[in-house]
Amino acid sequence: MTAGLPRISSAAAAPLPDGRSAGPRHGVRRGIREVLDYLGILPFLLFIGVFLLWPTCTVIVGAFQDAEGRPTLDNLVAVAQGTYLEAFALSFALSAVTALLGAVLGGLLAWSVATGRRDSALRRVVAAASGTLAQFGGVMLAFAFLATFGFNGLVTLFLRDRLGIDLFAGGAWIYELPGLALVYTYFQIPLMVIVFLPAVEGLRPQWREACLSLGGDSWAYWRHVGFPILWPSFLGATLLLFANAFSAYATAKALISQASPLVPLRIGTFLTSEIVLGQANLGKALAFGMIVVVAATTVLYALLQARSSRWLR
Amino acid sequence: MSQDRSAAGVRVELVDLRRRYGEVRALDGLTLEIRPSELVALLGPSGCGKTTALRALAGLERLDGGQILIGGRDVTDVPANRRDMGMVFQAYSLFPHMTARENVAFGLRLRKVGSTERLRVADRYLDLVGLADRAARYPHQLSGGQQQRVALARALAIGPRVLLLDEPLSALDAKVRSQLRDEIRRIQLEVGTTTLFVTHDQDEALAMADRVAVMHAGRLEQVAAPTELYERPRTARVAEFVGLTNRLRGEARDGAATVLGISVPLLEGSVREGPVTVLVRPEAVELAPDPGGAARVVAASFLGSIGRVRVRLSDDTFLLAQVSSADVARFGHGDPVRVSLRPVPALATEA
Ligand SMILES: Nc1ncnc2c1ncn2[C@@H]1O[C@H](COP(=O)(O)OP(=O)(O)OP(=O)(O)O)[C@@H](O)[C@H]1O
Ligand SMILES: [Mg+2]
Repeated sequence: MTAGLPRISSAAAAPLPDGRSAGPRHGVRRGIREVLDYLGILPFLLFIGVFLLWPTCTVIVGAFQDAEGRPTLDNLVAVAQGTYLEAFALSFALSAVTALLGAVLGGLLAWSVATGRRDSALRRVVAAASGTLAQFGGVMLAFAFLATFGFNGLVTLFLRDRLGIDLFAGGAWIYELPGLALVYTYFQIPLMVIVFLPAVEGLRPQWREACLSLGGDSWAYWRHVGFPILWPSFLGATLLLFANAFSAYATAKALISQASPLVPLRIGTFLTSEIVLGQANLGKALAFGMIVVVAATTVLYALLQARSSRWLR
Repeated sequence: MSQDRSAAGVRVELVDLRRRYGEVRALDGLTLEIRPSELVALLGPSGCGKTTALRALAGLERLDGGQILIGGRDVTDVPANRRDMGMVFQAYSLFPHMTARENVAFGLRLRKVGSTERLRVADRYLDLVGLADRAARYPHQLSGGQQQRVALARALAIGPRVLLLDEPLSALDAKVRSQLRDEIRRIQLEVGTTTLFVTHDQDEALAMADRVAVMHAGRLEQVAAPTELYERPRTARVAEFVGLTNRLRGEARDGAATVLGISVPLLEGSVREGPVTVLVRPEAVELAPDPGGAARVVAASFLGSIGRVRVRLSDDTFLLAQVSSADVARFGHGDPVRVSLRPVPALATEA
């Protein structure tokens, strides 16, 4: 893949269709038009400001203040070590593992759906199911999961009573990280399908046929054409999955009752429990850490997406 | 160009090709021979099986029956990637993540040609299609016409035994289209590759091809040089699909038909006796302003180099005549005119 070459969109280089000139009168009128255009998105900007920017600023500012509001780095230093650091590491590992699993399995699913017939029932079912399941995270999912595989879950009891298999011989894994990883994968796979399917569908049949007629087999097509084209989208989608898992709270909260091994759970305890004197802003420092991770991921995602969508357009 | 393999074009034979999609017979016994180095245009209405035929020849479409011979060798069961066919699709077939040069070099890369050599060859073909200065551009940075040139260069760079083009110009605007079609023809003559060109545009077919094959409903109606196809159509479908025709009632006897009181010689394949419909080209119709004429002018249109006049005959049928553009002004709406026919051989079908 060759990056960094100047890319000039042919549409942008084309002259105005009717060759109109932006004279002074047009200029004024257009200026008013533009202001009006922006008026339309004012409610949206307000919404973003009140519910996103403001809280974010509060968190960021708070992370750098002590209980009396004096600037300090102590909070950040505190969350960069000990159990807080472990929570970050665990959150990171859990997100990375489930993102990879979700990306690979969801990617394969998207591919098998896309190669099927355009109007097939399978395709519609998978698309609809993915849309639902990707939103089906949180408490509902955890509950459904426990009702099936928990200590008193249907499958657990069936296996134990009828077949003599004890799912929990190795410990209560389902209430710990492995169980969490499994549950996360449940919504990661459908999310991957939703995000990645358009990219797979963007592969034109002519590319495969052109490759074939130029002497390439299926392997050559995937190696030289299909994979290189999909790769940025795949990577981007994986990053999105990572961010999605990293900030998931409800599912983890519902499944893991005692300890708080993940960053979102840690922040949760700061919200609910009594504040230890002098640590008032530790929660904000943790949140700041999350914002940094998710923001970095999002920026990476946007960069990769911009690169791949240029080809698929 | 050092076209070792394709300089001497090969003969292509399609024998009794059959392909069904459910109830639709896309190919219903198509037989067609393309001579070495010849450019044959496959012409026909939408859905008549042109694309299916071309794809079958490329190996991209399975056949239910029939045989494909290239250079005398049966390739019916040879997979597409071993057929050595250069293919140009309707649009958007360039690999979007490769530059023009990389696209053209791709076939050679698959053939394990070293990178310096294949880029050299790629540049030569880009030069041939007039895009040497765009070699480093990505497809989305090229216009539609430029993309199709690159696609042509890519198809030719592997030195294919046969070149296949499926409506490569249909996504382009009229001016670029006629420019590019002349260029494709020039390049095809230069490299000498046997070529099958699918189109539903008769002007394109007549302008480019050595011979034009007219298809209908999965079969061949007629294959002939453009002038012969136009002047001596074998069937009514060919006559009506290629160029304009008037359907006039007449009476056939002894190899001629009497139409509008004039005797018109009949072409081979005509109905020879009894009441017939005679297919008369607008150029064979002569009009003269005449106060006593039985026909009336309906409309006269100026088309640049020629003019066309539509008249209503006394029996309320319409007739289209071609006149010189200078004469268009002589025919006003409602003017009485006298109609006569030049004795150009015409086709007669059942009335
Ligand atoms: N994959 C397919 N499945 C079902 N029917 C098909 C398929 N491909 C072609 N057909 C049918 O076969 C017939 C011939 O199609 P084909 O594409 O060869 O026509 P064409 O002559 O190329 O038409 P056009 O000028 O519109 O491109 C049509 O009736 C079409 O509907
Ligand atoms: Mg077609």
